[in-house]
Order: sequence, then structure tokens, then C-alpha cells
Amino acid sequence: MIITTQKPLDKIFEMCKGFGRVFVVGCGVCAAECQTGGQPEVEAMVEKLKEVGKEVTGYTIIESVCDERRTRIAFRNSGEAVTGADALLIMSCGTAVQVASDLSKKICIPGCDTEFIGMTERIGRFYERCKACGDCILFETGGICPIARCAKGILNGPCGGQSKGKCEVGGWTKDCAWVLIYKRLKELGRLDDFRRYRPRKDYSTASPAREVVFR
Amino acid sequence: MTGPNSELMRELIEGRFVFTGEIEPSKTTSLQGVLEAAKKLKGHVVAANVTDNPTAYAYMNALIPSYIIQREVGLEAVYQMTVRDRNRLALTSDLLGAGALGIRNILVLSGDHTAVGEYPGAKPVYDLDSTNMVELIRRMVDRGVDLGENRVIDPPKFHIGIASNPNADPLEPEVFKIERKVMLGAEFIQTQAVYDVEVAKGFLDAIAYLNRPVLIGVAPFKSISAMEWMMRLVPGIIVPEEIQSRLRRARERGGKEEFYRESIEIFGQLAHDVRKTTKAKGIHLMTIGFEWIVPSIIERSIGA
Repeated sequence: MIITTQKPLDKIFEMCKGFGRVFVVGCGVCAAECQTGGQPEVEAMVEKLKEVGKEVTGYTIIESVCDERRTRIAFRNSGEAVTGADALLIMSCGTAVQVASDLSKKICIPGCDTEFIGMTERIGRFYERCKACGDCILFETGGICPIARCAKGILNGPCGGQSKGKCEVGGWTKDCAWVLIYKRLKELGRLDDFRRYRPRKDYSTASPAREVVFR
Repeated sequence: MTGPNSELMRELIEGRFVFTGEIEPSKTTSLQGVLEAAKKLKGHVVAANVTDNPTAYAYMNALIPSYIIQREVGLEAVYQMTVRDRNRLALTSDLLGAGALGIRNILVLSGDHTAVGEYPGAKPVYDLDSTNMVELIRRMVDRGVDLGENRVIDPPKFHIGIASNPNADPLEPEVFKIERKVMLGAEFIQTQAVYDVEVAKGFLDAIAYLNRPVLIGVAPFKSISAMEWMMRLVPGIIVPEEIQSRLRRARERGGKEEFYRESIEIFGQLAHDVRKTTKAKGIHLMTIGFEWIVPSIIERSIGA
């Protein structure tokens, strides 16, 4: 899931300055689960915008704003509420903001910061698990990703910055990914995987503006 | 494996107990400080490490003092290179420069994370990790090629050192990390500071099977606050209560002078114990800013 957090209200209002008529977009998938852009959060935002004197032309919760097909239909259904708005406030991830911007050709205000691809332990406890590097090595690392979970993203850890399995980055509170990998592989009886040298990573699979096009 | 092409490696191979020192460039364009430090170390240590932006603070590029202390003072350098600030292009480029300037020893490090340094917002690199860097240097030295299999004309002659932390807990993954680097061709090991000879022994036993010379890190404190800083900063470091209280008492008893006298006793004894009772092939002395203490510690390491 794409983990998002809502931007502080004053920052959102600052970006809304000069736009009298605002349309609000929420997302029914990731942002809903993070409670940053689902139905209740969008409705609360609509009220707050009204309180500061904005005219809210309407709102919609789209099941995956990132899916251009769904968002196109939703905008079409919203008609003048979208076309007549001065700006759109998107309470979802960065991809959602860009899809909405491309389709509406309106100023789109990001209501959230996109944090990472991660897991939900419970609401308010989200942890990064994937860097989308384009070359998955989890089979060799006991199902624990050093690219996403080691502060240095190294392939042959642990580095000298761990103590009692904790990382120097973040004040010794986070687990050292390489100690986790070591323990898991030991449990699995696969320490040979740990001891093996991993050559340099090919970062070309993680360079920007990636595309997956197969038909 | 080639060599020895350096004094450090020659002495290690010949089985002499060696001392290395440490020089830290600072935020200046003046070379005076590193030259003075080098002069104080010269004659006492076989080589001096020149640190590469330690604790992620930006100082003078370590290659320049490494070259200068060799040329001006005749003190061999161990050029420290972290993979934190440079990608594989820049590292290759600096290795070529180091070769051209007659550098013979390189200590490969991952480098303290930028998050703990002076620019926490900096983008750390870690394009290669320190193990990949060992592979890069071996390729250049042994086969005269870089990571892209491109030919290196007049390949460099480096000896590769790696760092290790004997205080690491758990220790086994640390040992396996060293094993990977040794399998790739790392030639000597310098360690993080150790304050308890038993820690050194346990570590040396654990990596004895790798059969590589180890220089145990001994780092006296410049002051009580330096001791406290060290205990906070260095992962897993344990300064035994006895050392702490002896140093504190000495400081209270007779100020700086007494503190240093006690330091010479304590760290001279530690150096002696490392030298006489462990499998270590040498000691890496970290005494930034009080290099004058080095001869006394070395003298006491010989003991009675």
C-alpha cells in the first residue's frame, strides 16, 4: 500500500489561497486505509474549507484515483463541479495528484504527503517495506528487504553502525535489517545465503521515469 | 595477491608487531594541522590512516593529506575511503588519482550515515557497499580492469584494509561480513576501539579462521567529555566501569596532567595486553589532537 499522511491544515489553506471554488478528491483504497483521504476525511475537509470561506463545488471518493479510467469517469460524472472549480484538492498520493491534474487541467493541490510503500500494523503504525527497486532479492534475504529497511540500503551487511541489533540511524530504536536477515536465515537453516557475497546492485532498474509497457 | 607494496603490509607479512596512527583532516584549506600530526607520529607508527569525513562531517578530501604526509613527512598513509559520499564512478576516479599519487594502502569503509552527521538532510550515496568496493579495488589491482571490465592503464598497487567492530552484538553476522570481504581479497583488518582485552580476544578467536592480520583499535580519550561522546557515538562500545572511574578520579585529583598520566597507564596496559596476550598483529592508535601520547603508549606496550 502507498502510505500517506495528511499535510498540516495551514499548509493546505496556504496553497488554497486565491482559489475561491474548490473541488475535493479522495481515494477509496490506500488513502482510505491510511485515514488520510477516505470518505470521513474528505467530508471533514469539506467542512474545514467552508469554515475558512471556500465554496466547495463538490467532492468525490474514487476507487483508485491512480487509475486514469476510473478518475476520468468520476470527473465526467461530477460535471460542472469539476470544470467550474478554481482548484482541486487531492487527498491521496502523489500519483493521484498527477492523474487528476492531467485529466482536469486544473490547479491540483496535494492534501497529503506520500511517505512510502509499506505495511499496516494498525492505524497509526505504518512501516516501509519496499523501495520498488525493480529487482527483487527477497528470496535470498529471508523475506526481509535490505534496500527498504537498511538505512544504507547495502547488500552485504551488517555495517558497523549496529548495536544489539539496532541501527545508529534514528537513535537506536529501529531494527538493523541485516541482523534481522541474519536471524531469519539462521532460523530457516539458510545461513549460506547470508554468507554469500552479493555483487553491486544494478540501479538502472530503479532510475526515474520508469514504465511498464507490455501491450 | 600482490605485494608487499607498502611498508605496512611488508611489516605485517614479516610478522613484526605494528602500530598505525590516525590523522583527521579538518574544515580548512591549510595543510599545517595534518603535517604537524604526521610529524608527531612519524617514527612511532608504520603508517597513519587519514580519515574520510568521519561521523559524516565535511572536511578536506582525505586523498590530499594522504599524499602530502607521504611526500613531505615520509609517513605512509592508509587512505580511508567511505562509500557514503561517492558513487562507483567517483570512487573509481579517486582510486585512479590515489594510484597516481603513490598511495599504497586503502581502508574501505561504508562510512557513518549522513543522518548522524552535520547535514542530516544530505542524500547519502551507498551506490556500492564497502564489500563491493573491495571487489572494485581487487579488480583494478589484480586484473587491471574496473567494474565495467574496462581496461585500467598502469593499474594501481593498493593493499586493501577493512574495518570491523569487535564490540558488535551479535558478533556472528559481523564475522560473516568480514568473511565475505576476505574471500574477495581484503588483506588486513583494523578495528573499532576496544576497551577490554577480553573483547579483543573473543573477536580475534572468532575470525582466526580467516587468517588475516588484525590491528586492534586502541583509542585513549582526550578528555572526560571525549570519553562520554565516544560511549554515546560508537555502536556497542563498552568502556569498563573501572577505566571510567579511574579517569574521572584522576581528573578530579590533578586536572589534565593527572588525567593524561592515568591515561598513559591505562591505555599503555591495554596496548600491552593486546600485544602480549592476544592474536593481534598490531594496534591501530586513535589519538586525534594528542598525538604526543603515542610514544608513551607504545613504550608501555613492550612492558617488562
